[in-house]
Amino acid sequence: MHRQLRTSAIALCTGLGFATAAVAEGEVVVYHWFEYIPQELVDKFEAETGITMVIDTYDSNEAMLASLRAGGMGTYDVAVPGDYMVQIMRDNDMLDTIEEGELSNHGNILPEWLDVDYDPGRRHSIPYQWGSTSFSVNRDVYDGAINTTDIIFNPPEELSGRINMLASQGEVMALAAIHLGIPMCSPDRDDMQALNDLLMGSREHWLSFNSDTAREILVSGDAAAGMIYDGFSARGRIEEGANIEYAFPTQGYIAWMDNMVLLNDAPNRENAIILMDFLLEPENVGMLTNFTQYSAGIAGVDDYLDPELAAQPERNPPEDAGPAVFIDVCDQQTQEIHDRMWTALRR
Amino acid sequence: MAGGAASGGSATSDAYAPARGWLLMPAWLVLGIVVVAPVFLMLIYSFLTKEFRGGVIWEFSLEAYDQFFFDRGLFGDEPPTIQWAYIQIFWRSIWQATLATVLALLIGFPTAYFIATRPVQQRTVWVFLITIPYWVNLLIRTVSMRFILRDQGPLNDFLQWIGVIAEPLTIINTNIGVQLGLFYSYLPFMVLPLYAAIERYNFALSEAAADLYAPRRKILTRVVLPAVKPGVIAGCILVFVPSLGSFLAPDLLGGARNFMIGSLIDEQFRGSAGNWPFGAAAAMILLTLVLMVLMVLARQQARLEKGAG
Repeated sequence: MHRQLRTSAIALCTGLGFATAAVAEGEVVVYHWFEYIPQELVDKFEAETGITMVIDTYDSNEAMLASLRAGGMGTYDVAVPGDYMVQIMRDNDMLDTIEEGELSNHGNILPEWLDVDYDPGRRHSIPYQWGSTSFSVNRDVYDGAINTTDIIFNPPEELSGRINMLASQGEVMALAAIHLGIPMCSPDRDDMQALNDLLMGSREHWLSFNSDTAREILVSGDAAAGMIYDGFSARGRIEEGANIEYAFPTQGYIAWMDNMVLLNDAPNRENAIILMDFLLEPENVGMLTNFTQYSAGIAGVDDYLDPELAAQPERNPPEDAGPAVFIDVCDQQTQEIHDRMWTALRR
Repeated sequence: MAGGAASGGSATSDAYAPARGWLLMPAWLVLGIVVVAPVFLMLIYSFLTKEFRGGVIWEFSLEAYDQFFFDRGLFGDEPPTIQWAYIQIFWRSIWQATLATVLALLIGFPTAYFIATRPVQQRTVWVFLITIPYWVNLLIRTVSMRFILRDQGPLNDFLQWIGVIAEPLTIINTNIGVQLGLFYSYLPFMVLPLYAAIERYNFALSEAAADLYAPRRKILTRVVLPAVKPGVIAGCILVFVPSLGSFLAPDLLGGARNFMIGSLIDEQFRGSAGNWPFGAAAAMILLTLVLMVLMVLARQQARLEKGAG
């Protein structure tokens, strides 16, 4: 799950400089995605609690994991991994348990986000934001039907050779599996061979692999179609006026949720709990959601949302849209074969 | 070779000789901590067993090197054949870096020659002008190039406007884009050492050759170039080596459709692959290649100096 919200959060860095007023209450150290929290919210938290929020950033789930594994544990209190990464971190014993009753706003978590597969009962995490990943098409270039994964894997002539893919193995593999109608981590040899053939065969249609510029490359017209996240595409359409449409393929598309997790060996565990409680308050989450333009997993947020947000086509799948599925965590053997395919694809 | 490159010579007396060991200490410390230790660590890592999703298990293993050189099929159980994927990635990087070096030399040499033949007081201004664009961060310059070169960008608009081309040229997301990015990024590393060498060249030698009826081409190849060869070699090394490991230009201007060495290694540490020993092994193989090139060049240089002395 990768997003780069480019607007206001430059202030984050400057915020760190003079956020020393409330030393008495200590600090909370957040390992976070780049530009994924508005400065107003940071200010509000510091004003309400007197706790200084120190933020360090990363740009992919895997980079975060690598950094924590290379000696980062014990430095940070909380991090914000995507769904499948929560499971990986849990399996690797990197997450602390939130005891029952510790979070007074725990009841605000929407029931459908409470018993998630990657963290049943929300013992280690709280919802942060959720959204979907599929692809968008430049409507000036192609005006046919787009709600099919054929756009990416078997594109019409107008789009062939002008498609940007996310530089993220998990998401590309997941969409390919959805296209084929096979389980994402299928250990079956025929399935994996089919997956490999599909990727190698579609390669000639693809222009580039880039996540950071996924929006910019569509807005500028350098790519005519490209994999992208819902909120990211909405911002390209609204803020930059690009004639791009977000697709909801009938075969299905990718769902994701980012979650704030409590890390093992957190130096400021108590403050981390206070922060998590803060991020379960509907008013605060409304502020966050208006900034990111994704969706919240908390009850009562709707009252605080910008009215236009709810009507966005990027968050309202049509009737015939396929299921939104989360990325599966593959076992080691399957993952290693996927890694091999990914390198062969980029050779 | 009076006035030539070899005239620098060694110092005849060294007032600081007794303290030499101490004076070198800071340099040794820095080199030890930021160069030798990390490289040594990577060397060790490349011979360890990988841990799933990043990290290493402290057990000796040659698996990383095996993976680099042998292909055992998609499922890893076929009889081994030579693995071309990584060789292809290395070959592409070496080819791109070589081309960037040659281009930088072709453009850098006349530029350096021009600067070195200006009156003394003007030279500093020219050198200053060369360095100005490089005060801006490399990332920003690369992104700007992307903006200028794109299909609907200023360059294509201009070429279409003056009627040179009918359809926009596609440069972004091609190897040509990568090439432009590489050679532009490292051009001053070619110009500056060349300038330093040409400036020390004694132009009376050219005149003498001309007096003896040497044609201009011969003067360049037989008199000027041999004299400034150390500068050429230094410039080539300074362009070739960083180009080889570069991943900004391939990512932003090449669309990252094909891995280069830098992005391949990066993916092993920060991507989903999470195969640290393999990343370390690829880095070690790259390092070995670079050292081999440097050793060949150094030997040539030594032979040159012996000949000159």
